[in-house]
Amino acid sequence: MQRLMKRRLLAVLFFLLPLATRAAPEVQERRLDNGLRILVKPDHRAPILTSQIWYRIGSSYEHGGITGISHVLEHMMFQGTERFAPNEFSRIVAENGGEENAFTGRDYTAYYENLASDRLEIAFALESDRMRHLTLGEQEFAKELEVVKEERRMRTDDDPQSLTYERFTAVAYDASPYRNPVIGWPGDLEQLRVEDLRDWYRLWYAPNNATLVVAGDVDPEQVFALAEKHFGPLKAETVTPPKTLAEPEQLGEKRLLVKAPAKEPYLLMGYKAPAVADADEPWEPYALEILASILDGGDSARLARELVRGSQIAASTGASYSAFERLPGLFLFDGVPAKGHGIVDLEQALRDQIARLQTEPVDASELERVRTQVIAGKVYEQDALFYQGMQLGQLEALGLDWRLADAYVDNLAAVTPAQIQAVARKYLNPDRLTVAVLDPQPLADDQPARAPQGLGGLTHVR
Amino acid sequence: MFAERALPIIHGQRQPRLAKPLFPAGRGVGVRGACLAILLLTVGLAPGAARATPEIQTWQAPSGARVLFVAAPDLPMVDVRVVFDAGSARDGERSGLASLTATMLTQGAGDWNADVLAERMENIGAKLDAGADRDMTSVVMRSLTREPALSTAVETLATVLAAPTFAPSDLERIRENRLVALRQDQESPKTVGQKALYRAIFGDHPYAADPAGTAATITAMTREDLTDFHARFYRGANAVVAIVGALDRAGAEALAARVTAGLAAGERPPQLPAVAELTDGTLEAIPFTSSQTTVLAGQPGMRRGDPDYFPLYVGNHILGGSGLVSILMNEIREKRGLSYSTYSYFLPLAQPGPFLMGLQTKNAQSEQAREVLLETLQRFIDQGPTEQELTAAKKNITGGFPLRIASNGDIVQYLAVIGFYGLPLDYLDRFTSRIEAIGAAQIRDAFARRVHPDRLAIVTVGDNSAQASAISDAGE
Repeated sequence: MQRLMKRRLLAVLFFLLPLATRAAPEVQERRLDNGLRILVKPDHRAPILTSQIWYRIGSSYEHGGITGISHVLEHMMFQGTERFAPNEFSRIVAENGGEENAFTGRDYTAYYENLASDRLEIAFALESDRMRHLTLGEQEFAKELEVVKEERRMRTDDDPQSLTYERFTAVAYDASPYRNPVIGWPGDLEQLRVEDLRDWYRLWYAPNNATLVVAGDVDPEQVFALAEKHFGPLKAETVTPPKTLAEPEQLGEKRLLVKAPAKEPYLLMGYKAPAVADADEPWEPYALEILASILDGGDSARLARELVRGSQIAASTGASYSAFERLPGLFLFDGVPAKGHGIVDLEQALRDQIARLQTEPVDASELERVRTQVIAGKVYEQDALFYQGMQLGQLEALGLDWRLADAYVDNLAAVTPAQIQAVARKYLNPDRLTVAVLDPQPLADDQPARAPQGLGGLTHVR
Repeated sequence: MFAERALPIIHGQRQPRLAKPLFPAGRGVGVRGACLAILLLTVGLAPGAARATPEIQTWQAPSGARVLFVAAPDLPMVDVRVVFDAGSARDGERSGLASLTATMLTQGAGDWNADVLAERMENIGAKLDAGADRDMTSVVMRSLTREPALSTAVETLATVLAAPTFAPSDLERIRENRLVALRQDQESPKTVGQKALYRAIFGDHPYAADPAGTAATITAMTREDLTDFHARFYRGANAVVAIVGALDRAGAEALAARVTAGLAAGERPPQLPAVAELTDGTLEAIPFTSSQTTVLAGQPGMRRGDPDYFPLYVGNHILGGSGLVSILMNEIREKRGLSYSTYSYFLPLAQPGPFLMGLQTKNAQSEQAREVLLETLQRFIDQGPTEQELTAAKKNITGGFPLRIASNGDIVQYLAVIGFYGLPLDYLDRFTSRIEAIGAAQIRDAFARRVHPDRLAIVTVGDNSAQASAISDAGE
């Protein structure tokens, strides 16, 4: 649940107008003839930059049988091109003092290099090369697939809360591709072939399906010129997004039990909730974000105050919602019961919190506190260059206009207590709910562990 | 935007404990000390000097606290990090005492209970957190510099440091929730393995114990234990105050004075005992219901200010400290596909902290992966780095220096480490030239003297009992 709470808080802190004390640097925008969109945000506080390329591809584009392919392909993007041998990409970036990595989500795949501000061309030369010239060798694929399977074991299979979340998601959605884990189902990983990746790569890795974001100590015109030089020659691709697997209306509460080795039970509750693109009213997603902060925007928010400290029903608990997703998502609650309480108590306490939001308007002081935190968060966020780039890239990757960021604070600030009450009534409705409970099963360490044994040197071990 | 656990999934391991979290902000639950400890590790490992190394000013506050300050006028905010020589190494028999004390700071202070404290800070958009690692207790605050926000934040921090309430009812709640968190630790093979490894490496040294404590010690802790610990260690002479933000010198002096005003001068505690070298290799195979086996190996490494710091640091960078391009990553992941993540690091502490290596792989191949891990270490010790590897590592460390001192959040952590461990104030300025000066022979020499593959503590956590018993039989 740490993860849930951290991510949601970030969502709230993410898109706010700058304070009057300091105008945010202007974002400059350009589009190349091949369709590559480029956003540049100058920030001259330090002689560094972040270069990020965001592709509109992720697990929500995948169909059954190939789940996890976008993430495996992301791994393969480090496994060599016609010009560079496997892992050469990382070696070159490292030699230039850079940090680099990549991440795959439901709606995007992103690659980045953080560099000293005189090294931008390294990033562009390498990223433009692997956008269209990946080798996708059989041998590298076979090895990298094993790495991904190990990653899945580590992240999901051997982590009881992650496993619960994965199965919860698969039940909460009837049809939406959000029901599939980004890392893929084990059976799909088993049957994945390098040919599948070749098709997937050709379909989605093209300049007209990407946004390049550069933030930092740079001159926008120079960035555009360098981008033209390296990305300009790449050909566009015919990109046909998949038909939407629309989620049908849920017809009543769903529940599941996940039995896994664990020590403590865990509760997850999710209500179907709209994102900005599909809400009935444009203010609804913003009201839901404020609602999440009323519940979980810090130690003074309701869940910490009333469930962790007040009634002491929860050892930990959180609420989470994101307005910015490609498809409709979930308003989530999670928690671990405190001593002397069970999952049933915790679920009831959370339902009571929801009922209160539906019947009583939130206090003006609570609302004001959330607004203040949001505005302060915007100042703090300017201390982290990477995130400034990230918010631009992410909005574009979701098919939204990055300028939406400019309206975000106003949209949040305009939310009224009546609107919060309205979305609580409309969306936090039991017929839209899925509840998952982790039912702890014994771990092997419930038997005493072996005592350490002297080995007299490790010759035999090696 | 970063909806729930719907990821994103990251390609490379973030270099364990060295990289910044992808998702900043947010509050942790459970054992906060653990989160802070990780932050602290990021510091001091990789600075150097390019242009614009921050200019550090230092002085002593009236309380006796040492202050380090860097003016950062660009953003209307300030970061304050107060650290005490009051880590879990000072717990004595009461493992978890430092961490529990730190956690209790924000549960009530002066006339304010936890609700009021949280409201005071969040009403002004400020953040406050506290935790303990092995060497230090850290209390961190971030606020806007406009008034009245700043005065409120400073007043709150000062009160939390000097006059925590330690209310019995809050202690009971925090205790019970800590016990829940400790049971959750037992769900994680990595956490189980790390705790066992520290015990194996450090034996009866205080570093052996986990900062979070154990169920038995947490259960037995009394309010008096906490008040005694606070009275003894939360002292001006025992404090370092790091400040980075949009203040001038006078403003920073006033802030540091106010923050530590309620602390009696006191004195620094005696040095921690020396860490004994391991005399033998050990293997502990912990049975665990998991699909993977976590393999960890370690031994006492080096301390802050160690004469071998730079050759060991650069050498480890090449061996297992440089993420996707390290030798370990190449051997274990790139060549063989055995593990998603593999790494090695030195964690320098006041006394030698651990040198630690790790990976995780499916149970059936844990023996193979462990062999590759240990063989790779042995080969590196025998042969040292190639000139090519060394050049690449130096370019990475020095070329990446500007990234590591770019943000106020980074700099304030460096300041705390420099102040706490008494590193020279020109540490950041000189870092690059000291890295440049390291030769392959020095690295080989330092590793040969300081790393002993025949005396490693090894811990495996997984469904690996059959393999482990075969090995231990062979070893007898």
